This record gives sequence, C-alpha cells and structure tokens, in this order.
Amino acid sequence: MTTLEPVHPSEPRVPVSPQLALRVAVLGGLAMAMFAIIFFRLWYLQVLSGEQYVQKANANRARDLPIAAPRGQILDREGQPIVASRTTNSVQIVPSALPPPGAPRLALYRHLGALLGMSPQRIEALVVKGRTALPYAPVAIKTDAGQGVLTVLAERQGEFPGVTQQPVSIRDYPNGPMAAQVLGYVGQVSKPELKLRAFRGVKQGTVVGQEGIEYYYDRYLRGTPGAQRVEVNAAGYPVPSSLPSTQPLAGHSLKVTLDFALEREGEKALLEGMEHARGGGKPAVAGAFVALDPRNGEVLAIGSSPSFDPNKFAKPLTESEYAALEGKAHVAGSSEESPAPLTDRAVNGTYPTGSTFKPITAMGALEAGVIDPSMGLGGGQCIYVSTQAFCNAGKADYGPVALVEALKVSSDTYFFETGELANSHGTVIQQKAKQLGVGEQTGIDLPSEITGLVPTPAWRAKVASEELACERRRHRSSCGISDGRPWSVGDNMHLAVGQGDLLTSPLQMAVAYSTLADAFRNGGEGTVVRPHLGREVDDSQGRLVQALSFSPLRHVHLNDSDVSLVMEGIHEAASQAGGTSADVWAGWNQEQHPVYGKTGTAEHVGKEDQSWYMCYVADPSRPIVIAVTVEQGGFGAETAAPIARLIASQWFGKPKRFISGTSKTF
Amino acid sequence: MSPSTVSRPIGPSAAIHPPERLEERAGPLLLRLPLDPLLTIAVIGLAICSLVTLNAATRHLIPRQPHYYVDRQALYLGVGAACMIVLSRVNYGRLRHLKYGIYALLILGILAVFALGHSANGAQRSISLPFFSFQASELGKVLLALALAAYVVDRGRRLRARERTVHVMLGALVPAMLVIAQPDLGSGLVYMVIAFAVLYIAGTSWRQLTALVALIVLALTFVLLAAPVAGVHVIKPYQEERLTAFLHPSSDPQKQGYQQQEAKIAIGSGQKTGRGGNSSQIPNGFVPESHTDFIFAAVGEQYGFVGASLVLALYALLISRALRMIVYAKDLFGSLVAAGAAAMLMFQVFVNVGMTIGIMPITGVTLPLMSYGGSSVITTMLAIGLLQSIYVQARASQAMKGRVLRY
Repeated sequence: MTTLEPVHPSEPRVPVSPQLALRVAVLGGLAMAMFAIIFFRLWYLQVLSGEQYVQKANANRARDLPIAAPRGQILDREGQPIVASRTTNSVQIVPSALPPPGAPRLALYRHLGALLGMSPQRIEALVVKGRTALPYAPVAIKTDAGQGVLTVLAERQGEFPGVTQQPVSIRDYPNGPMAAQVLGYVGQVSKPELKLRAFRGVKQGTVVGQEGIEYYYDRYLRGTPGAQRVEVNAAGYPVPSSLPSTQPLAGHSLKVTLDFALEREGEKALLEGMEHARGGGKPAVAGAFVALDPRNGEVLAIGSSPSFDPNKFAKPLTESEYAALEGKAHVAGSSEESPAPLTDRAVNGTYPTGSTFKPITAMGALEAGVIDPSMGLGGGQCIYVSTQAFCNAGKADYGPVALVEALKVSSDTYFFETGELANSHGTVIQQKAKQLGVGEQTGIDLPSEITGLVPTPAWRAKVASEELACERRRHRSSCGISDGRPWSVGDNMHLAVGQGDLLTSPLQMAVAYSTLADAFRNGGEGTVVRPHLGREVDDSQGRLVQALSFSPLRHVHLNDSDVSLVMEGIHEAASQAGGTSADVWAGWNQEQHPVYGKTGTAEHVGKEDQSWYMCYVADPSRPIVIAVTVEQGGFGAETAAPIARLIASQWFGKPKRFISGTSKTF
Repeated sequence: MSPSTVSRPIGPSAAIHPPERLEERAGPLLLRLPLDPLLTIAVIGLAICSLVTLNAATRHLIPRQPHYYVDRQALYLGVGAACMIVLSRVNYGRLRHLKYGIYALLILGILAVFALGHSANGAQRSISLPFFSFQASELGKVLLALALAAYVVDRGRRLRARERTVHVMLGALVPAMLVIAQPDLGSGLVYMVIAFAVLYIAGTSWRQLTALVALIVLALTFVLLAAPVAGVHVIKPYQEERLTAFLHPSSDPQKQGYQQQEAKIAIGSGQKTGRGGNSSQIPNGFVPESHTDFIFAAVGEQYGFVGASLVLALYALLISRALRMIVYAKDLFGSLVAAGAAAMLMFQVFVNVGMTIGIMPITGVTLPLMSYGGSSVITTMLAIGLLQSIYVQARASQAMKGRVLRY
C-alpha cells in the first residue's frame, strides 16, 4: 500500500491518504540517504583510513622524554677509574602541578628560592625556559642540592606543590683537578654543536663531552639515551599511562694510557717544584709535564698547572667563574691576566725551549756535516757576530769543547757557533726539528693542539710581507706581526740554543726526545710516535669492544753514531760531575736506569726565566721520556729537573728525592 | 486495501474523535500496550549507549570525580523517562487547546533566559536552577512543535494556504531569531526545520515549499556573504567561521577547524572495533566538548565502526518509528506533532553526526539522548513521550474503530 507497512500484523491498519504517504515516504527516503552517506563516510574514516588516523592520534598523544644514558667511565691503563658517574638528586618542578600563576606561584618560588639559595626570578626563568623547550617534561631547577635541602623538601612536601626530586646521574671527577685539561668536562650539547658531524644523532639536552678526552671520545662514552614515552593531554600535560619506554644504553668505558699513580705523583711533583721555585723567589705561575712511552707514544702522565675542578661544570657556572677558568679575570691589584686553568700547557702551551733544543741542533748539524763531533767550538765567554755578542750564561768560559762535553755542560757558545756555521748550510737545524716532530702537530687524540713554530728565513720573509701589507691596508705604523727585518745569522744562532722565535710545546719536545731515544735504542732507526691517550674501548661490563691503535707519524733514519754521541752528551749531563743536571740525579742508580737528560732555561723579556727539563730514562721494559717546564721557574736544573726526577722515581719505584740543581746554564 | 484507506483527507476536514469516549473504552487496552515497543527499545538502547560512552569519555574530565557526568546523565535520563511515561499516558489532543499558552510559555522561557540567564562560553543560553541549568531553547523545540501543529489544525483551516504558511513560518521565526541572538544557532535552525516539517506534512503545496526553500537559500546567502561585505553581522563572526570551517579543517587549536579535525582523528583511529581503553583523543581532551556536542567522536574512538554503527542503527529505529507515527496517528494534530518530533530528531542526528565526521558545519546541536545535558535529554524524552502518546491514542482509536466498524 505505502512504503510504510505495518510493523506487525496485529497492528490495525490506518487509512492514509496517498499524499501523506508520499510525503512521509519522501522523508523516509531522505533519512535513508543521509544514513547511507554517514555509513559510507564512517567506513571511509574508520575502516579505509583508520590506520592513518591511529598514527595521527598517537602522534598527538605521545611525547618522548629522554632518559639520559649513563656515561662510560674513563679508566687508567690498569683499569682504575679516573672519571665515573655518580647518582645524585635533582630538584625539579612539574609545571602542571604548580599553584596558579600570580601571587601563590610567586610565593612558592620565593619559598623554594630561599631553600636553594636562588632568586625567585631565576627559578621562574628556568621554568619558563624549560616549558618552552619541552612543555610536558619536568624542569630541573638545581642538581646536587645537598642532603639537607632534599630532606626539607621530602618532609615538607605539602609546602612545595609541584616540586619533586629525581635521581639523576652526573659526571664525577673524584680526583678533582687531576689531569683536568686532558680529561675535559661535560655539559649539555649546545646549539652549534648539534650541527657538527661529531654530534650527529645527538638529541637536544644530551650531556656530551666539551673538552679533552670527554670530547674526543664522546661517541664511545656518550651511550644511547632511552626514551620514556609520556602520554599527554590536549594542553600538553602528562597523563597517567603505560606506554612502553626504551631503556638507555650505557656508554662504553674508555681505558686510557695514563698511569693513575704516575699522574697523581706527577702533578704532586709539579706543584712541589713550583712551590720550591716560589720559595726561591721565582713567580713560578704555571707549569706542565708530559711522560711518554718512547716506544709507542702512550702518554703515561700529563699535567698542567694551574688546573681546575671539572666537577664545577656538572652544575651551571656563573660568568665570573668561567672567566676565571679562561684566565680572563684580572688578578687583584695587577693589570696582568691570571694564568688560564683551562689551558693545557703540555699540549697547547707555546714556548721557546732553551737548551733542551740543543740535541736537535746537534743532530741537524752533524748530519749535514756542519760540525764534526770532535771539533772544538765555542771557546771564550761570548761569540761575536759583527758587533753583536752571544754569550754563555753567567759569562762562563768552557774553552773550545767537543760535542759531548758541550752537551754535558750546556755550552751556549758551542751551539751559537754551530748555529752560525749551520746558517750557511741552509735550514739544517729547522729540518731536523721538523723531522723529529717539533713545529708540527703531534696528532694526539685531543680536540686541539698547537702547531708551534720553527723559524726559517722563508717564514721571516713571509711575516715581513704580511706586516707590510697590513700596514698599508690599515694605514698604521705597525701591525705587530713582525718587526720586518730579514732573516739573519743571529736568528739561526738563537734557534740553535732554543731561543728566538722558536715556539713549541712540552708534548712536541717529548715526541722529539722519544724519537731520539728510539733511534738510539734501535741503531739509528727511530719512530716519530703519535702520542695518544686512548688505549681501548670496553663495554660497561668491561669486555673489549675495540682496541685503539695509533700508527706512528713516520719512521726516520738517523746516523747511529751521531745519535750515540748526542745521547752520550746528555747522559753525561745527567750523570757525570759537571753535568748540568748531575747533582739533581745524585744517588740515582745510573747503571740500572741510565738518565739522558737536558736542562733548559728559556729567556723571556721582562719575565723570570722559564725552567725546562727533558729526559729519557732507559729501561728494557718500561722506558720513559719526561718533559717538564715551569713558567717563570728559573733555571732548568733548579726547578724542572727535580720534578722530572720525582716523576721518574715514581715510575721506577725509587725513593722520591727533590734535589734542586745548582747549574746556572741556559 | 479496505475502501476506507483513502478516506482520510489531509487538512481542515480531518475527523476528530470525541476524546472522552475513547478514553473510557480504551482503558484496558492502554494498560496492555502502554508504549510502542520498538520506540522504547531504541530509547533504552540509546540511553545505555550514552551512559557507557560517557563513562569512558569523561573519566578524567574532572579530577577525583570519574562518575560526575555519568551520574548526572543517568539522573537526567531517569527524569526524562519518567516524563516520557507520564506524557505517553496523557492524551496529547488536550494540549491542542493550550496552544497559545504553550506558545507564550515558549517565548517567555526564551526571554527569561535573557533576563535571568547566566553566560557560559560567551553565550547566554540557560537559567541556573538548583540542580541543573535550564536551557529554555531546548524545551522550546517541543513547545514549538505542539503550538505550530495546533495552530495549523485549529486556525489553519480558516486561512488560505499561503497565509497559513506565512503564519507558521513567522511563528517559528520569532523564537528562532530570539535563540539565535542568545546565541544558540543550532536551536534556531531546529525551530525552522520543525516549522517546515509541520507545513510539509500539513499538505502545503510543493510550490510554496519550493518557494520557502528558495527564500531560505537567499536569506543564508545574504547572511553569510552579502551582509558581512556590507559590514553587518547578522550572526556572530565566530558562528560564521564555525559554519564554514568544515570546508577547511585545521590542526591549529586556535582555529575553528581544529575541533573537527581532532574529532575526525578520534573517529578514524577507532577503526573497526574501537580503541577501548587505549583511547587517547577523547580521554586526553583533544576533542573539546566530547561529552556534549562531540559525543559521537567518543563513540567512534572507543567502539569503532561497530559501535558507531550500533548507535546509528538505534537512531534509524528511532527515526523510522517517529516517521511511522506520522501516518499512524489517529488525527492530523497527532501527525503534525509527530512530524515536528521526527524532523527534530532527524535534523539533530544528521547535523550532529555529520559535524563530527566532517561533512557538516559546526552548528551546536546535540545528539539526542546521547549528548550529556539535562535540557537536551529531557526535551528529547518529552518529544518521544508525545510520540508514545500518539501511538497509544492511535492504537486505542484503532481498536475502538475496529470494534465499531466490525461489530
């Protein structure tokens, strides 16, 4: 009859006009069409594109909170931890649980600030910054706040709504300033660093190495952070959920070449030597030492003073604290800058070396035939070139001496004359220095090192023309690059005694002496080692992951007899009566552990002399090359040499005696 | 089939049975069949769906009060069901004589909201009463359907067709404009739809209906396009933006399209069988108003295509029964009241569901019985109560008529 049949037969039929029936039928048809549209739309949304909407919904709700990976330890060569990680508590604010903004929140900030010793403004700034970065994550306000503070917070939780404590792992340097410049420190990865290749894949907020080994080996030490998946609501606040989280992967531990005891005693010796120099009226403001294994370049100990406590970097530094570490803070009552504790003087200090350079001069001159080992040179107090006098320290007159004796007594006139003679043979000294590793980067596994400078006529011409160009460009009378004078024989003579424009680091000198020692042991075949600190990478259970190997820079062939003579000279200097450092080594068993040592005293205009000592102590199984320098520390024998003896004593297990040498040679 | 099937005309000549006789004779019958079973099943089913969905969707809405909305909705449904049962026992025909009083109540109720109402979300739509806030515009839907139907039946027969159409449309337009000014655009549109449906079932000529549709289209064009250009905003800019936002969804929470975008994600992510306890869009508040206007999004996410289909099936049953009542009613007044109720239900279901699935503009109409809210639930229950009353009266009348005719 109509489209609307009675629902059940028992229902009485109603008389319906066709017009009404049609109109209701049209309405029914409209309803069916609309239901059909809705069903198809639902089918499309839920069944056909459901997967895509599930992804969108999950992207909406899930946020990742990084879980920091425990950073790998740094161990000494025997496996003793030098740097570890420590668990401490961090006071955090959960923004969503804070009291309402305005007076109640400010009151909380004031209350909390008084407890933590922070200004309420600083707390507010931190919260605002943290919320902008990760709106759903708690904001760390203070790390390592101290047990008292934590107890107060725990006991009076009701007074501090929204303030929580979280255990966090922070880097711990239990030995404080020991080897701080080499070990480096850690900090949150910075925006520019995120763009570097070395930090590829590192997420914002990750703690990474910022200097030294921590930086260089960061990719091993860093580990892989985990992620706690948090479910958030539309406002970005976390809600309770059970989303899976990924556990962080602990970083590998790094075994370094350092010997913990030698490092500790070396730094102690350096400080003792500097203290001694200060007692003798010298400023002795800074110093550095390196101990190398001459066979393979392993750095056994390395130190620089003044040093700093890397633990300070685990918490935010103030501007002035950082300026002090960089050496930019001015010493009270003086216009001079204080020595920068962050500078690693063993690697990045650039100095003339004084007489410790003489063996290199001798090798170059001998090889080029400039001098004959038996030739007597350097008679008299001074050598005169035109009107200029080049004199021995203290106007001593050793008479004309042969090479070995010249090295033993450190005759300046001998080497001045050698330098004078060598100048007509070209750059024989410079070439030898470069060959042995002076004036070029050693390739040590640290983020930065200096190149240094071995002056040559070409270099002098270059800086002179640069100076000229600069003066012309800037219309100045001087740019300070160079005094503009050409290379002279005097330059070569100064270089021959490790003075003049020579600039090198204790590490480069240690490499040069290692090469000499290696050639001496191997009949003239020497290896220019690549000094390094990394030894092996282990996983967190101590299983070997990767042994680190460092191929030497190059092999050199030296004339066996030349090396023997030079080594004999510096051995006598350290062992024979009249040798410059013989008295320092008094009582040392030269039979068992012969010392090949050379003092050096670098002169600086307007400052106290810089004390240097380079030595190689032979041993069949554990030879060592030691370089020591003390800025404004006086004569080499006086300050640096006794420090070297203390280091050698530690290395060979001998009684430690600090004997300040009396030799007043350069 | 019987010769009498074509005998009932539409319009002024419709027969009216004396009510007093009917009631006394139909007494035992009414007790036997108190309600339309299918309509009742649909109502009970939707009430259960509403409570189950709200329970899942509003658990985290108010901290420490997970059952706040469910408890209240259960109360509203209970009160509504009581109203429905009471109304089903009342002879709706009596309300016909109260048409002016009902219309006055409708207008006064809306005006009272202006005078006494409190503002929520920038709109003044309700009066705060001790237990709930009363939204006069919701109740007005039922009142308007009754008043217009009665007017058409009583006065309409003495008027010419065109005058009747104009009177009915104006009678709806006055309260519609008042509620749109509150602003409650959704209810205003429902009023116009009810008036249109009453005229449609009352037999208004197709020509006049076409003219009405053309007029509405013209008016919409003017309101949405011409007036804003001239600097006159008949509807508020946010309403205008909401109306057009479904055409350009947005993921920006500040933009109007955001709500619909998130609602679509919620529904889509429900897939075939829903995310259940793994839901995130609704419990985490990504879809605003997910317990009221956007409750269908909650159904879609929690229970998937299966759940949404079940709810739609219940609505299909509800609407089919409402449409059935138009032809089943014993008199024209009943048909027209049923038409108003059916139109209201259809419009609200399609516009509301269409809005959550992104094919209709956001107009702020509730999903009958499902959406949380006392005024909406009780109004819908009253409308269904009228449908039940129409059913009961029709059955009684049929039974009697049958006896009268056959014996």
